[in-house]
Amino acid sequence: MRLINRKPSRRTAVFLGVLPFIFVAILYMVASDIRLSQNPSDRLLPSMSTMLESMRQMAAVPDKRNGELLLWKDTLASLYRLAMGLGLSTVLALVIGLVMGILPYGRAALAPFTSAFSLIPPITVLPILFILLGLGEAAKVGLIVVGTAPVMIRTLAQASLDIPRELVIKAETLGASSWQIATRVIMPNVLPVLISALRIGLIPAWIFLVSAEAIASTEGLGYRIFLVRRYMAMDIILPYVAWITLLAFIMDRLLLSLSKLAFRWKHIEGDSL
Amino acid sequence: MTNKPVIRVRQVVKEYDGVPVLERLNLDVSAGTLCTIVGASGCGKSTFLRMLLSQEVPTRGIIELDGSPLPKEPTPDRGIVFQRYSVFPHLTVEDNLLLAREFAGAPFAGRFFGSARRKARDAVSQIIGDIGLDAARRKYPAQLSGGMQQRLAIAQALLKEPKVLLLDEPFGALDPGIRADMHVLLLDLWKKTNMTIFMVTHDINEAFKLGTRMLVFDKIRHDPQAPGAYGATITYDLKLDSKNRQDAQEAKSLIASGVFGA
Repeated sequence: MRLINRKPSRRTAVFLGVLPFIFVAILYMVASDIRLSQNPSDRLLPSMSTMLESMRQMAAVPDKRNGELLLWKDTLASLYRLAMGLGLSTVLALVIGLVMGILPYGRAALAPFTSAFSLIPPITVLPILFILLGLGEAAKVGLIVVGTAPVMIRTLAQASLDIPRELVIKAETLGASSWQIATRVIMPNVLPVLISALRIGLIPAWIFLVSAEAIASTEGLGYRIFLVRRYMAMDIILPYVAWITLLAFIMDRLLLSLSKLAFRWKHIEGDSL
Repeated sequence: MTNKPVIRVRQVVKEYDGVPVLERLNLDVSAGTLCTIVGASGCGKSTFLRMLLSQEVPTRGIIELDGSPLPKEPTPDRGIVFQRYSVFPHLTVEDNLLLAREFAGAPFAGRFFGSARRKARDAVSQIIGDIGLDAARRKYPAQLSGGMQQRLAIAQALLKEPKVLLLDEPFGALDPGIRADMHVLLLDLWKKTNMTIFMVTHDINEAFKLGTRMLVFDKIRHDPQAPGAYGATITYDLKLDSKNRQDAQEAKSLIASGVFGA
């Protein structure tokens, strides 16, 4: 049989999927062992046990200075900022995106501005935000909004335009007003797209969160990584990066499950019928 | 009872970017007609239907509904069934049929809750039974067969009791057996309501079988130097009622002569 038609069984697929992870882990451990055997105080590639111990300290041992559990404090601070930023972006995307997608007047008024705004490199806005909003939470949340909202708005606007015109016309012949068409026909049809936009927006959101935290913050996952960088504390940086990745992965999966749960009709096609 | 036309079309021209698609359309259709529309692909029969729906506006000329010019946008006095995307994919069968009532009864929320919803559900359960979708009442359109979806679409289009029902190749995507069932359903509904129906189809036999009047759209004027100079128009207008059998004869010879192309 041709190679393109050969499919792995479920077990083989899982095994093959895990393989690269194991490979990288082994590669790391071998390299770490070699370096540590030459110089036991080497900091660049700490051993797995060192990293575990460092993380245990971050997660379970109260900080000497303020008695807080740093990992959880950082995680909560970062997640709060992420949630605020993405929440605001979601609201903006839904309102502005729908106005642009549904109303020709809204499109005429807002589309050029949104397009232009989305081309501003968000990180260049950060100094402006720090000056205007101070170094507190608002600037960090603001950066996430600036970095994610324009693309989400445009995605939502396009999604509302992509809805088959037939559905809108059918609603008109059933006596619907513009408001009713927006809320009962177009919005329910673009909500699954909103979730996809949010999943895609998670990536830039994390980038801008960590950037903002690195520059001015007193807590947060990004702040911690850049703080301990001064001491070359790879035993904290590497697990923190892995932790951020895990958090991002969980959020992505949760959003996918939410979509399947809330918009069952969207996920039927292809499965049944 | 005078036989005043429901639809009156006078000197209608439709152009896209200056290129005429339809021209010199003149038509009177009286109430209760089941008017089938056939013609080659790209001859503007769907464009004509979209103008009757106010989805598109004639470039020149006038279309009247019951003596007054057509509204500038789709309204409940004209129902529509498309070949695809006719029902709302995010709503169950029942919610698809509730929607028209909810639009009328809940201007802001657009939906019913509690006892209002129960009452509306009772009201549509009769319709669900009539179209044989009792068992599928809670299913989404994607879970229905093509025939079931179009039955739902037709029932939905009739909810507002439109004066004119427009059908744009409604059975084009269905299997022949299912299509025959749909013909029975449509003729049944038409006899019950005595509605005026316009139906675009590419199936000439369907057009003869269902219609009491058949319009053939075709391009008759050709300028070899400028292929886009002229649009299509109504080339045959046949009355197919049973009293007038010579029409049927004429029609059969038309098929034989192959004016309709493939």
